[in-house]
Amino acid sequence: MNTALLLATSPGASDYGSSGENWLFWVIAIISVPAALGLLFCRKAVHAALCMALVMVCLGIVYLALQAPFLGVVQIFVYAGAVMMLFLFMMMLVGVDSSDSLVETIKGQRWLALLFGLGLAGLMITVIGQATYDGAKGLQNVDAEGNMTTMAKMIFGQYVWAFEATSALLITAVLGAMVLAHRERLTPKATQRDLAIKRIREGAIKAPLPSPGVFARHNAVDIPALLPDGSPSELSVSRVLVARGQNQSVLTVAEDVAIIEAEISPNAQNQADAQGHPLKGPGNPGFETGATSTSTLETTTRTATTKTEGDRS
Amino acid sequence: MNQIHWLYLSVLLFSIGAVTVLVRKNAIVVFMGVELMLNAANLAFVTFSRINGNIDGQVIALFVMLVAAAEVVVGLAIIFTIFRTRRSASVDDANLLKY
Repeated sequence: MNTALLLATSPGASDYGSSGENWLFWVIAIISVPAALGLLFCRKAVHAALCMALVMVCLGIVYLALQAPFLGVVQIFVYAGAVMMLFLFMMMLVGVDSSDSLVETIKGQRWLALLFGLGLAGLMITVIGQATYDGAKGLQNVDAEGNMTTMAKMIFGQYVWAFEATSALLITAVLGAMVLAHRERLTPKATQRDLAIKRIREGAIKAPLPSPGVFARHNAVDIPALLPDGSPSELSVSRVLVARGQNQSVLTVAEDVAIIEAEISPNAQNQADAQGHPLKGPGNPGFETGATSTSTLETTTRTATTKTEGDRS
Repeated sequence: MNQIHWLYLSVLLFSIGAVTVLVRKNAIVVFMGVELMLNAANLAFVTFSRINGNIDGQVIALFVMLVAAAEVVVGLAIIFTIFRTRRSASVDDANLLKY
């Protein structure tokens, strides 16, 4: 059997790993396997990327323990440092869209994939379990000059042509990325003046958009602002929050509005706040009777909601 | 308990990466599954290098890392190009060649 051949060691070898290495194995396994499963199950791509970075760091530590210090350091520098950050940058460029959905488009694909994965793991574990093993040889004799020196001698000696081919590969990859990511500019870049003129010509809103959270009970960016007529303004909430579904719905705000209207209704108009100022009275602008204002508000809220749904669909 | 257990860990990570590639819809996550498979293979290389007392495994693992880095650059550029033209990073939406 091939595996048995690969694992065959000299009779004298008896390095079965110290107890410290065994402890390390369990710690790393308990951390890295759930992190890898997080890659599979995390709904958001950013969480999956962070799980992946954790796996990378764990593997770097494993390499340090497996007498490969150079590879361990390169693993943490290149993978956890560079590659995963590249993934995170790409996620920031691409943003949040429908690709995060876990909807199954091919029927039964998920179960078949799971079956395939379990079969693959079972097959390989069975093969490894059948191999005869009598301890690791270890790299003490090979690494007598130090791991870095030995690696350098191999890379620039026996594997020098592979190394040169890698340099060509890296340059090709850089060129490919430049060609793919480059976009030829067909029209001159719009200046701030052009943008302002365009906005005035075609935009319905000339003033800045209303800022969110200007509301009696809340002070957060996910709350729509109240317009002077009492209706919540959809424009005031960032469209990123709306796309993520992290904003408060207009209906929630409408409930709050009803509560506040009840609190400052004409029955309570003679009440004063802690500083002694009257809360609301006929002299204040925007005063109306509670019942009419609530009903108009509900109407406006309903129209706003239907409008939003129409926009989304 | 011996060095063989690192191979079992490698097998588990490889399988999880393969299932990730098959199941997930986001092209970037699919790509991370590929990276996980490459890393699992690297772990097997380094473990065999230790077991057999031969440093070639580490050299090969280093080359795998280099090729993976180049692959990530080109792959992410492709994903970004597709995203720019189709406004989506989902693997289901790239279906121009379907019929």
